Amino acid sequence: MSFTEVFAQNIELMAGIVYLVAAILFIIGIKQLSKIKTAANGNIISAIAMLIAIIITAIKLNIDNPAVIQWPFIIAGIIIGTIIGYFLAVKIKMTAMPQLVAIFNGFGGGASVFVALAYFLFKGDALLSNVDMITVVLSCLIGIITFSGSMVAFAKLQGLIDGQPIMFPGSHILNLMLAIGTIALGYLAVVQQATFSNAVLFLLLLTGIAFVLGILLVTPIGGADMPVVIALLNAYSGIAAAMTGFVLGNILLIIAGSLVGASGIILTRIMCKAMNRSLANVLFGGFGQHESNVSKDKSEYQNIKSTSPEEVAAILDAAQNVIIVPGYGMAVSQAQNAVRDVFHTLEKKGANVEFAIHPVAGRMPGHMNVLLAEADIPYDKMKDLDSINDSFKQTDVVIILGANDVVNPSATEDKSSPIYGMPILNVHEAKTVIVVKRSLSPGFAGIKNPLFEKENTLMMFADAKEAMAKLNTELKEL
Amino acid sequence: MIEILYLVTAFVLACFVGYEMITKVPPTLHTPLMSGTNAISGIIIIGALAALAYVKNPLANIIGLVALIMATINVVGGFMVTNRMLRMFKK
Repeated sequence: MSFTEVFAQNIELMAGIVYLVAAILFIIGIKQLSKIKTAANGNIISAIAMLIAIIITAIKLNIDNPAVIQWPFIIAGIIIGTIIGYFLAVKIKMTAMPQLVAIFNGFGGGASVFVALAYFLFKGDALLSNVDMITVVLSCLIGIITFSGSMVAFAKLQGLIDGQPIMFPGSHILNLMLAIGTIALGYLAVVQQATFSNAVLFLLLLTGIAFVLGILLVTPIGGADMPVVIALLNAYSGIAAAMTGFVLGNILLIIAGSLVGASGIILTRIMCKAMNRSLANVLFGGFGQHESNVSKDKSEYQNIKSTSPEEVAAILDAAQNVIIVPGYGMAVSQAQNAVRDVFHTLEKKGANVEFAIHPVAGRMPGHMNVLLAEADIPYDKMKDLDSINDSFKQTDVVIILGANDVVNPSATEDKSSPIYGMPILNVHEAKTVIVVKRSLSPGFAGIKNPLFEKENTLMMFADAKEAMAKLNTELKEL
Repeated sequence: MIEILYLVTAFVLACFVGYEMITKVPPTLHTPLMSGTNAISGIIIIGALAALAYVKNPLANIIGLVALIMATINVVGGFMVTNRMLRMFKK
């Protein structure tokens, strides 16, 4: 007997072993992905695990169903998907990274729905067990919510729709009714499975309603909370894949899906904690909607001192310790390269310059780190909240670049503030605080920032990129 | 019935592993970690392959093809974009 024959006869065993190896590699990959030194390696290990899983699955399917397997469709699907995935991953700007993750995530959820539907529609006359049928329902439900929710998150971050929370009276009740509707339809699909056409109808209706539900669940959430939503939807797409694993009886789908689901939920929690908010508050709060309507009035600020690039350059020229606090404003104006130039100029002048990065600065956790790394800022210059917060007292100048809520002292001083208790960067402890901001408009929390009125604060009203370019020119002339 | 129990066992244990694995992650890695695990959830690609291997039927093939394209975008795009982010930290 030739090797290929032995292999073909034992394909079940071979596939099982390869799946085990792939599952182990996924675990090692995720583990390594959570440490700076090994992260790049971890990603490659996960990719290898995925590749061997795909190859053994294709071989097994070919051996099991040689007459049925649709190679032209498989090859076409992989080629088309690879081209689109490659194009998106390589061409998209680093600043658009959050919405890209959202869209990839949505596709993963969508795929789960189609796989479960295809399985159910074409399983033949055999009835599924109740457990299997429940997992079909859950695949469709969770998968489609992931899909439509991710698309809304994408549209909000891309600016296709308003990033502000969109709420209307009775929205929670409507969502609740839709949720109950999907559960009822899911129940009907399970118990009426014997009447195939009914079950199909219920399943499709359920998928349609859950699609709308996914949209309605994400629209009330403000742009600043999108990272949490994407992390949560990422967890959902893992759970959807795991549910589809139950449908197909595929253990690797179950293991990989639940790994992603569980780690995604942890990541969501870490991110909520950084904002000092509960997940429920993020999901149902409509945060920042009401306040922002009242506090856009600039007149409520008093004793604002504005400054110019020349003045700031002169202050910086004498500074020994400088900390730069980047925020979403830096991402919006693509100021990372201009910031790097200022960073280099200051370092040449002998100043010690560091970056203080708040866990929720920007639109994704680590958003600022990615942008600064893209601009070649050394990694050891980027400090997180805990490691830098005590240094502000010894700092001569803090430059706040398009950040707002994460440096709002109300979080520690004003018990009535909606952000009270959120850990902030204690920038007000520095000798001089320069705030680079286009206007006095509030950040995403929609509240006033008393930092702007402080004795040691100077406001530089400008676009972050222009401000940094001008500042660099002035610094070089000194 | 016993087989579904094996699958549930794998599900529960993998949930625990996923839960315990992510404890201390530096904020820098939050986005790459999210993006990398997102690529792993593209494992649904093997389900999409299966959907194209069990029936010969135009509708089934179209559904399977759409699933496969979506899953492949998730996998290829996800790993590549994660790699692109992480490469920047290496410099």
